Amino acid sequence: MTFWDFVADRWNRLVGEALLHVSAVVQCTVLAAAIGVGIGIAVHRSPLGSAVATALTSAILTIPSFALLGLLIPVLGLGAPPTVVALVLYGLLPIVRNTIVGLNGVDTSVRDAARGIGMSRAGVLTRVELRLAWPAILAGVRISTQMLMGIAAIAAYARGPGLGVEIFAGLTRAGSANATNQAIAGTLGIVILALLLDGIFALVGRYTVSRGIRGE
Amino acid sequence: MASEIELIDVTKRYPGTGQPAVDSVSMTIPAGEIVVFVGPSGCGKTTTMRMINRLIEPTSGRITIDGEDTLSLDPDRLRRGIGYAIQQAGLFPHLTVGQNVGMVPGLLGWDKTRSSDRVDEMLDLVGLDPGDFRDRYPRQLSGGQQQRVGVARALAADPPVLLMDEPFGAVDPITRGNLQDELMRLQAELRKTIVFVTHDFGEAVKLGDRIAVLGPQSRILQYDTPEQILANPADDTVAGFIGAGASLKQLTLLRVREVELSKAVTASVTDDPADIRAKLTEAGRGFALLLDDRGRPVSWVHARTPGRPTPVGDSVTLQSTLQDALEAILTEGGAAVVTGSRGEYVGLVEIDTVMSTVRRLREEAGA
Ligand SMILES: Nc1ncnc2c1ncn2[C@@H]1O[C@H](COP(=O)(O)OP(=O)(O)OP(=O)(O)O)[C@@H](O)[C@H]1O
Ligand SMILES: [Mg+2]
Repeated sequence: MTFWDFVADRWNRLVGEALLHVSAVVQCTVLAAAIGVGIGIAVHRSPLGSAVATALTSAILTIPSFALLGLLIPVLGLGAPPTVVALVLYGLLPIVRNTIVGLNGVDTSVRDAARGIGMSRAGVLTRVELRLAWPAILAGVRISTQMLMGIAAIAAYARGPGLGVEIFAGLTRAGSANATNQAIAGTLGIVILALLLDGIFALVGRYTVSRGIRGE
Repeated sequence: MASEIELIDVTKRYPGTGQPAVDSVSMTIPAGEIVVFVGPSGCGKTTTMRMINRLIEPTSGRITIDGEDTLSLDPDRLRRGIGYAIQQAGLFPHLTVGQNVGMVPGLLGWDKTRSSDRVDEMLDLVGLDPGDFRDRYPRQLSGGQQQRVGVARALAADPPVLLMDEPFGAVDPITRGNLQDELMRLQAELRKTIVFVTHDFGEAVKLGDRIAVLGPQSRILQYDTPEQILANPADDTVAGFIGAGASLKQLTLLRVREVELSKAVTASVTDDPADIRAKLTEAGRGFALLLDDRGRPVSWVHARTPGRPTPVGDSVTLQSTLQDALEAILTEGGAAVVTGSRGEYVGLVEIDTVMSTVRRLREEAGA
């Protein structure tokens, strides 16, 4: 069987896994973004807080994903829960770091003017600071998404959903019929999905970043 | 509409610093006047000003606006009622010019049409064509245009009080001169209470109805009209700061013909207002001097209202003393018109020329 015959043969199943893969990554990214931006907002004014938050979230990234899943499974069982927790944890660093960088990059004169004309603290944050930090935050979320696309494949180890299932099956059956095809189909699928998502991010950027701060 | 501001024994001590940044300052800022805080860098001008709208909370003392204690008000609400313009303009880069100017009306809950009418009116007032500028972003403006938008934003909700912290500090001298002219024209119309911070004494003399010369910790060294401060500096520190000292008296010994005159943009009284406007735009200046058919100065016109001239008041001749020129500048604002023997226009004496002459005389005296 050629590779394309294999793909045609298993098309429905591959599409289903691809959808699960994307949906897991997107949901985990949204969660990571909500938590990460929250952490960024909370710590960005304090250099110490920023350093601690960045160090902690980078420390998470240095834990091999197998190890993290392996540690989570005894606590959370198999399936979705350990996958979600692991992906959210891995996704935090770029978002936290970029939120801090973005918020600290807001010109003091702009912040001063916002306070000076009578905006409340919450108003300054939501109507000025977050808007100006948005390109940086979005870039962080974009990097997290790309990272999570790959890491999500490993979730198959915890019986999580997604294209990782194909890759794992292919690798464990190495040598038997279609094993390579199966691993390649899973990998290629992830790469294509990652590119698609990246394109969507570019579009989101176009429509949500003010023309006044877009570099063009 | 204007309000009197009173500072009573106001002190600010920043945490972790030994000496207070502002030490027990008391002063009354009369309604409808421009009061300029001038003094060396770090003397506490900004701190003093920012305590008025409570961007900085005083450590002790009281500040009242029209008799009302500012500490009894909600700070955000207080600030919405006080215009605020700063160096670098501080415009919101992600919002258009129109959205920037409409921000305070928006915060005050004005409806959309009233707000947008007001935005256009304000842009017009500061000399920016609303059709052209309303939908631009700050990065698409020159430094001078950004400062104008900053002033328009500060004025948008028609606050009785305006705080301006070196609002023209970051633009080139010609643009700064134009913006100063513009502010004086606005103030003649609006009569706000304006607190203006600068460390340029020439700017203080040009704009201020009163000048507060501040020393370290915002100690008031002298608080008086520009004429009085120039003629009778309270002490050597003030004299030193205004660059005058004993040499101010020498202004009576110098003649206008001995200093370099500057050139106004001139036009004939019979010229078409549209042509005058085009000429001013091309020269990048705010005002033109209109001459009659024999070259004698008649009136000033502003670029935005070329059809409505204001007559030239005091003018000086080449034989006048620089002291006379200074007085003419102080009554006329900005510059004194110089005429020749047949009353014809020959040039201008600007405040900067007088100030630099004073400085030169002083250096010569010291040498
Ligand atoms: N947030 C702060 N914390 C501690 N000290 C401060 C703070 N802000 C200002 N200062 C100090 O208070 C003093 C007065 O500062 P301020 O900004 O009022 O001066 P200024 O007269 O406006 O100076 P400039 O002309 O340079 O703007 C300075 O010595 C400054 O170092
Ligand atoms: Mg200052």
